[in-house]
Parts: sequence; structure tokens; C-alpha cells
Amino acid sequence: MAKALIRMPTEAKRGEVLEVKTLISHPMETGYRRDSMGQAIPRHIVNRFVCTYNGQEVFRAELFPAIAANPFLSFFTVATETGEVLFQWTDDQGNIQTETVRITVV
Amino acid sequence: MGKVSRRRFILAAAGGLALPAALRGAAEASPESAAIAMKAILGEAPLREGKVTLDIPPIAENGNSVPLTVRVESPMSAAEHVRSIHVFAQENPLPNVAHFYLGPRAGKAQVSTRIRLFTSQKIVAIAALSDGSFWSGSAEVVITLAACVEE
Amino acid sequence: MSARRGSSLLAITLLLLGMALSASGQGPQRGDEIRAQDRRSGYSFVSPQTQAMQDDDLANPGFLWVLEGQELWRTGAGAAGKSCADCHREAPASMKGVAARYPAFDARVGRVINLEQRINRCRLDQQQAPAFAYESRELLALTAYVGLQSRGMPVQVAIDGPARPFFEAGRAEFLLRQGQFNLSCAQCHEDHWRQQLRGLPISQGHGNAYPAYRLEWQTLGSLQRRLRNCNFAVRAEPYPYGAQEYVNLELFIAWRARGLPVETPGVRR
Repeated sequence: MAKALIRMPTEAKRGEVLEVKTLISHPMETGYRRDSMGQAIPRHIVNRFVCTYNGQEVFRAELFPAIAANPFLSFFTVATETGEVLFQWTDDQGNIQTETVRITVV
Repeated sequence: MGKVSRRRFILAAAGGLALPAALRGAAEASPESAAIAMKAILGEAPLREGKVTLDIPPIAENGNSVPLTVRVESPMSAAEHVRSIHVFAQENPLPNVAHFYLGPRAGKAQVSTRIRLFTSQKIVAIAALSDGSFWSGSAEVVITLAACVEE
Repeated sequence: MSARRGSSLLAITLLLLGMALSASGQGPQRGDEIRAQDRRSGYSFVSPQTQAMQDDDLANPGFLWVLEGQELWRTGAGAAGKSCADCHREAPASMKGVAARYPAFDARVGRVINLEQRINRCRLDQQQAPAFAYESRELLALTAYVGLQSRGMPVQVAIDGPARPFFEAGRAEFLLRQGQFNLSCAQCHEDHWRQQLRGLPISQGHGNAYPAYRLEWQTLGSLQRRLRNCNFAVRAEPYPYGAQEYVNLELFIAWRARGLPVETPGVRR
């Protein structure tokens, strides 16, 4: 679906609060714009973002057309254990983009 | 009127003109429809002001992309934490901006994103805490027109 | 009666003064009268929030195109399935400094070309693949990726030798009054930079951050796209993409921006 960038520490101490930054390419078409013929351009946005940590949801977002194009989302999560942090974006057309980051927690 | 406040008045007026032609057909937003959207989150629960801070530029260069950080004071422990944060733009055609779901594993109740604002307006964020209470914070943003607008 | 006569005398005086001033300006400096120490990137004219967006590679949407460019660099194309990497190896090494010296004179085609055209020359000649269109995802990705390899380096284009006539044509374009508003680039970006136009400051008109993510476009775009915006802004008919007029102008404005750091991919409003 899209290019995605993620920045988060890949090594941390147990209990550390980590900043996670994500960026994905997506037009986030609002549904309010019209083309040169006056026809409404249909809405097409990333409407859902989920972050799971070893399968447990740690952050979720429901997005609306008011989120700017190429959505940037930054949040925090606690380093609990070594494992896989999964990021998933879903858009109006049902496209799902998944990225994973492995983290080592000592 | 002093020099500074006249300029702010002109900027605010210019911001009011920023509403594009395409929106005239769309549902007009208003503080009333924003209240309805907020009621969907609150139910009958009271809304208290406090604990929630919005970091957003008072004058945004371009309504297409305005950086926003919402911060809620909370220990973020299992016993006391922020369950969710809900953002509303009162003058957008659709007042809902986003719903963020946190929990004790967040560690810190702070979320950043970039939002679209169609005109100068008040942005409101409501935090739902684990004890069932709701807190809010808000900020006013002025949207300026870009000087050279592409066709 | 006398007041009217006095004001027409004033008008004539001002007209003659204006003509004299513009005549004296017809020297090698015309179009480049900003002192070197006052030369400022467009970065200094945007809000602190927009600057912060450019400064963080994770917040800067231009990096989504850089990521794609990095992948395209390694992707085979055309009849022989050759990739950029096959000839140029690692871009951080081979492309270092390249964007900083474009536009440049290309002996093979006998004219000054910009970075987009240079990439397309490789596509056509080396890869036997079709050229990418301006503002296509691929061309933006590759120009952003190659441009990034010059980030921080001073813009330094050659304007001597065979490049000279193109440079002078670019200067003429910069000084040309255009459109219904009858404005030249120089009138805004030389004479009135730092002053306000519709509530926002006018920049010096440098292209050192391009291709750039413009908040207005909600996407990455080329310098030519930005120049076409300027044409529209003065209600002038834009040239087609790739027109030599734009390439000449790009060379002129790159020389005007000499010494400023390449900021590709920049963020602008």
C-alpha cells in the first residue's frame, strides 16, 4: 500500500518509557474536494492504526479526514519485555499495511 | 484599537475567508454539531476542564497540516491512567479529528499528529480517565492563507 | 489647478527617476543584488513548526519519497534490467555533491539540464527504459534520494563556458515581467523579500530545498512545480514541464543561491 517509516529504540531497559514515531504515505483524501469537472473525489483515508507489543494492544487510533496527508503519529509505550512490536494501518478501501520492529529489553 | 489587536482582527477575518468553495455544499460545522460529537463520548457524564494540554501553533501557516500534541497529566499506572483521548475541531465540516486509545502500557499520556483545519477555530481534546471521569483542554488556532495559491 | 499640475510634475520626476535607476541596474549584478551575508534559505521564512518538521527525518514526509528512491535505486529497469546501483554502486558515495552542482551543461545533448533530466538521460541511454514524467512518484523519489546525498553541502553551479548563454537566458527570465499582474521574479524576491504578501513573508526565492514537501500541495514536488505556481500567481501562462526556460531559470536561481546548503528534501508551506 504505502511507504512507512518508524522510529523507536530497539534496545531498552525494562520499565523505560519509549517514544514511538510513525509516518506513512497516504493521500488522506477527505471526500470534500472536487475534481476539475466538479465531481466529488471520494473519501479515502487511513481510518485505523493499531500498535501491538507481543500481541497485546498498546495503542490504537481512529482517524478522520481531519488528519493531514501522509499521517504522522507519535505516542509512547513502556518497554515490558523482548519481542515484536507490530504496527498496522488500515484504510477505507480495506488495505492493510503492517510493519514490525524487534525490541530487546534487558 | 492598538496596532497588535487590529492585525489579529485582520488575520482572523482572513482566516474566516479560508473556507474553500467546495465546502459550501457540505454540512456546515458549528459548536452545536461538535457538542453532539462530544456527547457521543461523554454520555451524561460531566466534563471538567483541566489535566489536558494542547500544544498547537496559535497561527498556523497552512490549514492543510497543523502539528498538534495532546498531553494529559496522569501517573499512567494500572490503577490510575488515561483510557482515551478524543480530539474535536469545532469549525471543520466534520468535528471529529481522532480518537486515541491508551492504557497503562502507554507510560505517558502524550500523542502527536498533524491535523487539517479549514478555518480559524477552537480545538478541544477530551480525556477519559480510568476512574470514569472526563477532562478537557482547548486551544484557539488562526489559519492564514498561503500567499501564492496553486490552481 | 496648481495642485494637479504639481502632482503631474511629481509623477514625471518619479518616472524619470525610476527609468534612471533601472537603467543603472543593468549590470552583471542585476537579479543578484542580495549581499552574500544576507542570503537566506526559504527555511528561515517558515514557521518554527515547519522548520521542526524539516529537521526531524521521521516527521519530514519527504523521507517517504527518499525511502522509495532508495528502493528504486536498486531496482532493475529497461531492456537489460540494469539498476542505478549496477553502475553507481552506493548512492551516498557516488552521488555525493551531484545535486549541489545541478543544473549543469551536458555535452551530449549540448545544453544545460537539471537533475530530473539527468536522471531521465540515464533511464533512456543506460537503462533503455522510458523516461519518468515530472511529478511522477518515481522521478520525485529518485531526485529526492539523489538530492539527499548533497544535503548540507553548499549549492555550487558552474555558469562559465558553455553554460553561460543558458545562465544569461535564465537571468533574463528572472527579470522578465509576466502575466496579468506584470510582475517579474525579481520584483518579489529581490526587491521585496522579507516584506509581507497576504500575511506571510516573501522569501528570497531560492530553490535549495527542492524537491520539497509543500504543505500547500500535501505532497513532495519539484522546483519546476513551484516555479509554475509562481507563474500562476502572477496570472501568467506556465511553460510546459521540462521547458528550457525553466531549466535556464533553475540554473540562474541556483547560482543566486550559491553557498546556501542543499536541504533536500525540504519542507515548505
